[in-house]
Amino acid sequence: MTPLQIVFLFVAAFTLLSALLVVTRPNLVHASLWLIAALAGVAVLFVLLEAGFLAAVQVVIYIGAIAILIIFAVMLTRRVMSDSGPQVNRNWWGAALSALLIFGGLLGLFSQVPAVGSAFPAAIANADGLLEDLGRSLVDVNRYVLPFEVASVLLLAAMIGAIVIARPAAREEGEE
Amino acid sequence: MIPLSWFLILAAALFSIGLYGVLARRNAVAILMGIELMLNAVNLNLVAFWRYVAPGSIAGQAFAVMVFAVAASEAAVGLALILSIYRQRSTVAAEEINLLKW
Repeated sequence: MTPLQIVFLFVAAFTLLSALLVVTRPNLVHASLWLIAALAGVAVLFVLLEAGFLAAVQVVIYIGAIAILIIFAVMLTRRVMSDSGPQVNRNWWGAALSALLIFGGLLGLFSQVPAVGSAFPAAIANADGLLEDLGRSLVDVNRYVLPFEVASVLLLAAMIGAIVIARPAAREEGEE
Repeated sequence: MIPLSWFLILAAALFSIGLYGVLARRNAVAILMGIELMLNAVNLNLVAFWRYVAPGSIAGQAFAVMVFAVAASEAAVGLALILSIYRQRSTVAAEEINLLKW
């Protein structure tokens, strides 16, 4: 067992444990803090996969923006759901069963993947030019410029939509 | 080196945990947390397949970046919706948000 494998097993166990605590903790503030831990674990896994840029993006976008947004939402909606009441609905056993079934089905599918046995990936040919290639591919007409533009429009629409939806409705009456 | 199957099994477990959170939690914010876990598992799979199967093509990373954008917009709109519902109905429990149920 190589050191890299040991690191992977530690990080994987940490990530899975944090994810389990995210979905089981009754206190939502604790759950969102564990969510940050799980996201950080995934960032470390990106580093293990030699995708350093994506690891940085994961930290900046997920931990820096999304997790903070979730914590804000938890704090703004805190009064209504006390930490003592039931946090799972009546059909939680069905949810657990379907999650287990999906997990088993995915494991069964993995044995069909032809590349699953490729244990030793070749070293990346031009590790330094990788980020440049990613940037160029996102604006290259022949590659991914269309998904890139669609993602931009989606982000703009989401921004406008979030502002419109979250704006207090009573403001117009108050101003008149 | 780490076998590809380890990453796939981890991503599948992460996805299933997120799915359980989405299906079982009552609080709408907790449901969004489950969705974030599932999107993370998808990203992990994309990057793992990029690294092990097609390291020459940048497609895996490019699609992971798209998933990031989708996750960010989904979180923003979802939380705005939750705050709006909370302001009007004083609840964030998913089963009590039944305006569109008939």
